Amino acid sequence: MHAVYQESFHIEGGDFSRAGAAASRVKQILKEIGLDSSYVKRAVVIAYEAEINVVSYATRGKMTLTVSPAKIDITVEDVGPGIEDIELAMQEGYSTASDWIREMGFGAGMGLPNIKKNSDFLEIESEVGVGTRVHAEVHLAKGGRPS
Amino acid sequence: MKLREIVESLGLEVKCCGDRLDREVTGAYASDLLSDVMAKSKAGDVWITLQTHMNIIAVAALNDLAGIILVNGREPEEATLKKAEDEGIVIMVSKEPTFEVAGKLYEMGLRGGHGAG
Repeated sequence: MHAVYQESFHIEGGDFSRAGAAASRVKQILKEIGLDSSYVKRAVVIAYEAEINVVSYATRGKMTLTVSPAKIDITVEDVGPGIEDIELAMQEGYSTASDWIREMGFGAGMGLPNIKKNSDFLEIESEVGVGTRVHAEVHLAKGGRPS
Repeated sequence: MKLREIVESLGLEVKCCGDRLDREVTGAYASDLLSDVMAKSKAGDVWITLQTHMNIIAVAALNDLAGIILVNGREPEEATLKKAEDEGIVIMVSKEPTFEVAGKLYEMGLRGGHGAG
């Protein structure tokens, strides 16, 4: 039998005062489970960037963290404008962020590329005017330590 | 080295969490893009930035950074200080710009230690 831990977090669109709260919970949970810090760091970057995307662009979203012996699974689904051209959005430096988001040091076009760099598996589905679903995985070596 | 040595050597003003200056600093990172700091900073780094809004606290906490140095005499926003207190993140202010602060930390022996890529 494989032990699986799962928890979901609500993300409110436009609320920068709470941005990072879901990623912070992800970090706390993964540390409590006792995963190696390199896995935790990668998962935290994925969670934070995905959370910031929801806060920056969407109306609301839900992050679900699932941890099994084989992988950390982070899935973020939002209700929002969607992404017109996912390939373009994956390019480093491309961003549709507004000026005030950029002034805060977000919207540099690094979010999705950062998620990709830290994922062993990444799948993005989006429908314009409906929302976006980002599903990222960090695969764990046997025993929970990187080889 | 400890945060306290940096505060004294650079004449920084401590805005939050002066009781945590014994924290060990193992490196430094200078950037104003939050995603860049998420990707490249390391636990124990002191972070040099001109950003003063509250989201810098989440970034520092998520990455276990040793503290934040705000440059050009920029004052942290009230909400930033409140969150820094909650999370125990040390905030320091330098009157000097990023280049000078980074140069002085480098002279003190701190390194970024971040390769390309």
